[in-house]
Amino acid sequence: MLAQFLQFAMSGLTVGAVYGIVALGFTLIYNASGVMNFAQGEFVMIGGMVTVSAVGAGVPLPLAALIAVIVAASVGVLLQRLAIEPVRDAPPVVLIIITVGAALVIRGVAQIVFGKQLHKLSDFSGDTPLAFLGASILPQALWVLAGTVLIVTLVWLFLNLTMLGKALIATSANRLAAKLVGINISFILALAFALSAVIGAAAGILVTPITFTYAEVGTLLALKGFAALVLGGLGSPLGAVIGGLLLGLSEAFAAGYLSSTYKDAVALLLMIAVLLLRPGGILGHAGAERV
Amino acid sequence: MSESSLLSVEGLEGGYGRIRVLHAIALSVAAGEIVTLIGANGAGKTTFLRILSGIEPASGGRIMLDGHDITTLSPHARVAAGIIQSPEGRQVFRPMSVEDNLRLGAYRRQGQPQADLERVYGLFPLLKEKRHLAAGGLSGGQQQMLAIGRALMGAPRLLLLDEPSMGLAPLLVEQIFDVIRTLRADGMTILLVEQNANAALAISDRAYVLETGRVTLSGPARDLAANADIRKAYLGI
Repeated sequence: MLAQFLQFAMSGLTVGAVYGIVALGFTLIYNASGVMNFAQGEFVMIGGMVTVSAVGAGVPLPLAALIAVIVAASVGVLLQRLAIEPVRDAPPVVLIIITVGAALVIRGVAQIVFGKQLHKLSDFSGDTPLAFLGASILPQALWVLAGTVLIVTLVWLFLNLTMLGKALIATSANRLAAKLVGINISFILALAFALSAVIGAAAGILVTPITFTYAEVGTLLALKGFAALVLGGLGSPLGAVIGGLLLGLSEAFAAGYLSSTYKDAVALLLMIAVLLLRPGGILGHAGAERV
Repeated sequence: MSESSLLSVEGLEGGYGRIRVLHAIALSVAAGEIVTLIGANGAGKTTFLRILSGIEPASGGRIMLDGHDITTLSPHARVAAGIIQSPEGRQVFRPMSVEDNLRLGAYRRQGQPQADLERVYGLFPLLKEKRHLAAGGLSGGQQQMLAIGRALMGAPRLLLLDEPSMGLAPLLVEQIFDVIRTLRADGMTILLVEQNANAALAISDRAYVLETGRVTLSGPARDLAANADIRKAYLGI
């Protein structure tokens, strides 16, 4: 019983960590710019894909991962500069549709460059499961969880302890005041996109040995990440991560104890329940519409 | 326009979209001067300051700082050049601590602003007491102090104060004007926009009267304070 529970919990936390990081990426960009970036899942895809290709070409894994993160950050900055910045004052719906379009373009390019098939990356430290209280845990799952803790910690430290991070928070708190203290808003927005891309790519690299990756993987991740965001509360970085973990756990338990057919339904029911009972999300404010 | 003008504005036009709010504004501020802009609600005072800070574009005319044309500079470049504004309605970073708000005021500056931080805490001891609290939890008067303190952290060459006493209790208004007097004694150059024309004229060197987007009168503050029309229209005497 316990073994089975642990098994489900572990697989839920692993997937949930990725949802959480996608949701955190949404949050960073949304807070700074008011844009809901639906190309967020594509950053995860780029992280996995570029790493797989580079490793396939004989590049050692750490270097391949670094290249993938740099590629993703560049795509993030280009997305902001070419697609968002020129129409910065457009209504939110227009900006959202632009990011959906950008996601399609990135997906299309990825299909041409990497092909349409599934790609697999070897586990970082072997694929011999570790026995823990009767459950068997993949070493890669521990990499994902440790990596997520590291990513969330680094983001927190950046936002709260560096002047640049504080400038990002200040820009989301009050854009007029941010301009008046001399913060270059356009630079901060590019930074938010780069940061989201970096953490998304990092999650993609960590999780690819478990889930595989393919050119279209971003679509589903963006949806799940968005659901995690709604669960946790729009605008709250901590809420985003908690929402992701909850979503992953509920999916895993639904798949394990009911049927994997119902796993997405359970996730959506959870979302509907939160929207009915706490419309602002678990850590959000009531009526979270920001102007 | 005298040679020693720190700020000189010539023929400035501006507004929002197709609505012109300002018409051919000419104004100058010399180094070390306090200049007040008085005018009724909707006369264009705040719009004028927003254009000076680069928040809104000018649609015509020139803004010169120290002889350099800054009309088309971005807001952050103007802050770097030394034009720092404490905006109407305080506009503090509500979720951030008082001290973070102040430190962000020095965002464009190199090096440690520790000495300036102590100076601001000297002017507003209450802010030091509350330095770890979120700015959004402060009272209106305290937020006003914070907004002025944050502007001072930018080491302004020209300080723009938009309605620093608006909505404050009389005792706090007194305190804010005391601080402006202290800044004046330190040689700070200030362009002040104030509804409280009495108090503003009393501490200013010169003043401009803005009516529906035009400068209708200007001169030494003492003369304007004695002007019968001004007394009737703005001083309630």
